[in-house]
Amino acid sequence: MAEMAVKKRRPKNLDLPTIRLPLPGILSIIHRISGAALFLLLPFLLWLLQSSLASPESFAAARAVVAHPLAKIVLLGLIWFYMHHFCAGIRYLLLDLHKGVELEAARLSSKIVFAVSIALTLIIGAKVLW
Amino acid sequence: MVNRILVGAHYGLKDWIIQRATAVVMALYTLLFLVVVGAVGPDSFEAWRAVFAHGFMKFATFLFLVSVFYHAWIGIRDIWMDYVKPDGLRLLLMIATATVLVGYAGWAFQILWRI
Repeated sequence: MAEMAVKKRRPKNLDLPTIRLPLPGILSIIHRISGAALFLLLPFLLWLLQSSLASPESFAAARAVVAHPLAKIVLLGLIWFYMHHFCAGIRYLLLDLHKGVELEAARLSSKIVFAVSIALTLIIGAKVLW
Repeated sequence: MVNRILVGAHYGLKDWIIQRATAVVMALYTLLFLVVVGAVGPDSFEAWRAVFAHGFMKFATFLFLVSVFYHAWIGIRDIWMDYVKPDGLRLLLMIATATVLVGYAGWAFQILWRI
């Protein structure tokens, strides 16, 4: 019986152009993409922390790197990824506690996540980068 | 030959809990960080360094970074399990991920306790 359950073939549809994700689905895939991107940028962030704390010279060097227009764009994207992962993560924690699991509430909360994370990104970006 | 069938509950429950516990630690630190950086700001080296020289902030930052690394381990491992089907390659990627994360933890300790 259990063996049959394991071997049962389930239908799959992974034809990406035909899949239309609802907003909570878009939130979910950005949660994953942002997590992966933050992981890949960890060495850069650790280097930035190290340089900013080691000596006045390395602090100035880190500031010069961050001041570069290309770095600013990367960092702004990074801040958005962090804020999205943060806000979507809080939404998932609430869903785990069975808060807002109904369809309407889940759609509304995903809209709130996008609005809040983008607003926080603009505020923090404006304060730290420009 | 023993025919073991992997069905049942609790596989991955520990990881599921750790993923959420580390998320709570990181969320709390994020709020602390935003308040502290909002107040101090990375404008002068001395003020910035003084923030992390403080014992509590040093400890909290290290706790945050260790949470990041453990959280990243579970998340990235899930990505490899979802998308990488050849067993050898998947194992290689998991080992590489775990290795760099352990290295980052050592690096983070060095950064903070050199201050």
